[in-house]
Amino acid sequence: MAEMFMFNALRSAIDEEMERDPRVFVLGEDVGHYGGSYKVTKDLYKKYGELRLLDTPICENSFTGLAIGAAMTGLRPIVEGMNMGFLLLAFNQIANNAGMLRYTSGGNFTIPIVIRGPGGVGRQLGAEHSQRLEAYFQAVPGLKIVACSTPYNAKGLLKSAIRDNNPVLFFEHVLLYNLKQDIPEEEYLLPLDKAELVQPGEEVTILTYSRMRHHVLQALPELERRGIYPEVIDLISLRPLDWETIGASVRKTHRVVVVEECMKTGGIGAEIAAGIMERLFDELDAPVVRLSSQDVPTPYNGTLERLTIVQPEQIVQTVTDLVRGRI
Amino acid sequence: MVQERPLPTFSPATVHLTREEGLLLYEDMVLGRTFEDKCAEMYYRGKMFGFVHLYNGQEAVSTGVIKGALRPGIDYVCSTYRDHVHALSAGVSPREVMAELFGKVTGCSKGRGGSMHLFSARQRFLGGYAFVAEGIPVAAGAAFQTKYRREVLGDTQADEVTACFFGDGACNNGQFFETLNMAALWRLPIIFVVENNQWAIGMAHQRATSDPHIYKKASVFNMVGVEVDGMDVLAVREVAREAVARARLGEGPTLIEALTYRFRGHSLADPDELRSKEEKEFWLSRDPIKRLGSFLVEQELATNQDLQAIHQKVKQIVEDAVAFAEQSPEPSPDELWRYVYAED
Repeated sequence: MAEMFMFNALRSAIDEEMERDPRVFVLGEDVGHYGGSYKVTKDLYKKYGELRLLDTPICENSFTGLAIGAAMTGLRPIVEGMNMGFLLLAFNQIANNAGMLRYTSGGNFTIPIVIRGPGGVGRQLGAEHSQRLEAYFQAVPGLKIVACSTPYNAKGLLKSAIRDNNPVLFFEHVLLYNLKQDIPEEEYLLPLDKAELVQPGEEVTILTYSRMRHHVLQALPELERRGIYPEVIDLISLRPLDWETIGASVRKTHRVVVVEECMKTGGIGAEIAAGIMERLFDELDAPVVRLSSQDVPTPYNGTLERLTIVQPEQIVQTVTDLVRGRI
Repeated sequence: MVQERPLPTFSPATVHLTREEGLLLYEDMVLGRTFEDKCAEMYYRGKMFGFVHLYNGQEAVSTGVIKGALRPGIDYVCSTYRDHVHALSAGVSPREVMAELFGKVTGCSKGRGGSMHLFSARQRFLGGYAFVAEGIPVAAGAAFQTKYRREVLGDTQADEVTACFFGDGACNNGQFFETLNMAALWRLPIIFVVENNQWAIGMAHQRATSDPHIYKKASVFNMVGVEVDGMDVLAVREVAREAVARARLGEGPTLIEALTYRFRGHSLADPDELRSKEEKEFWLSRDPIKRLGSFLVEQELATNQDLQAIHQKVKQIVEDAVAFAEQSPEPSPDELWRYVYAED
């Protein structure tokens, strides 16, 4: 075991996959000489050369399209969005071509591409750098969406994403890059479509992902002090959702709180709540509760920014109220 | 606005053309024209639906580049929403293209794509793209792949050139400029072929573009840019051959602006009210098929009977494509979900 920061775990995943498969290459803004704005590709160009760590001009839509063309013709590109928000400029290529082209081509082409990078609400980075994008992409057919949350799962998931023959949007969280954890020395892969049972529990299921997993974990000691032991599930896969794991937990606890950084309107939580209604309505003892971020552009001011996203104390209160029958 | 810009001149006397080459080019253009006329007929008879954009008038560009300068099925071709004839020149069978337009499972995109989304991996036909300009970076990706195979994977056989087609309207879109920059920067083996038919639906090129000379835009990327009479298949073939040779030698991309014209409206749903009769007549008089036919006869490379025989043969091919499309089954409802994800 070796202790690693998350950015290093991701770097190690890319390094191992590039070594294993010469068709894998990385492209994006500052991924080569600069080593990536969060150092996920630091010094890899020295090992693999400038074509495999391709520094692109600042033109998100076109370098994403270039990666798609390369993927259609046999390569396995990893696109780094310097900030995932910038990839809104590439929405045309991500939605129309990465997502749909296998289908519209009637199976003529596969698009084995990973589009990864930092997303989520950072620390006073201002609205454009602190977006909650997963809802924008969840409706695109043909995409897989994965959100990693720990150095361990980041490495195993990214390796699987690189080997997957479908387009995978791989969300890292800007505030988790410096998280540290022991990582096995030997190779491991994690499935892209399986949720992770973080902590078994009873009475209530908390469904969460990405950085909010850690806010939920911060709420647990206080909940335990109150005699409440929730089951915590990190969704990992936002598309497709792992309904098997979600269903098994709801059948056990009969109450659900979704804790997400996504916006409330049209968010991942909205999809989960509707999905539970359709599939598991009879199992519910109470309505599904959504703790989502506020429907505002992320404010710069620290106090307002904190109010925008879900905080551990809110989780404590909501879960307590739900379990005590006050919701 | 019949014609404000002089067409570049080209002397066919300088061309070396064999009888076989001449007849190949002629047949490909006749196939394109006949296929599209049949599409119009089938559309109005309710056999095909949606938006259907025909290529009539522009045949010299597809034929001159793909049949005249590329190795169809080896080199890559990337198209636009006006893609039927590019697919045919690239070697996708008329049966598969017609069946796709009928929405049948035997179509080249299994009935999932339709008129604007024709694909064939086998023929290295990278597709029709319905959003203007979005195919340009995809084409550059195919060209990058060739360079990568050669320089990273050590495949010395990797020498494919990608031909990327798009219209004048696409040249005002960011993806055009962004991709030309990357292609020139990395000397990608690609030729950019602008089919300047002068109208983006009802937007006249001069009303949309500060400098209507598109080929000149290559110079700011340190790239070769040429204009060519897009109604003359031999002229197109000549500039395309030079561009392909440059690309294969690793000397980077070329921007070719082919001045051409669509004889029909933007799509079969377009009332085509804006273009003047005089303008249309001027361009109709430059019909690339008649022009090559006359040349072949004058040069004694073919007789009128030879050309007639080609028209007859192509008519049969297109009739056969329609019969095939009509008799083909619809995609199975059980397979609605097939091809959303790669089958592992």
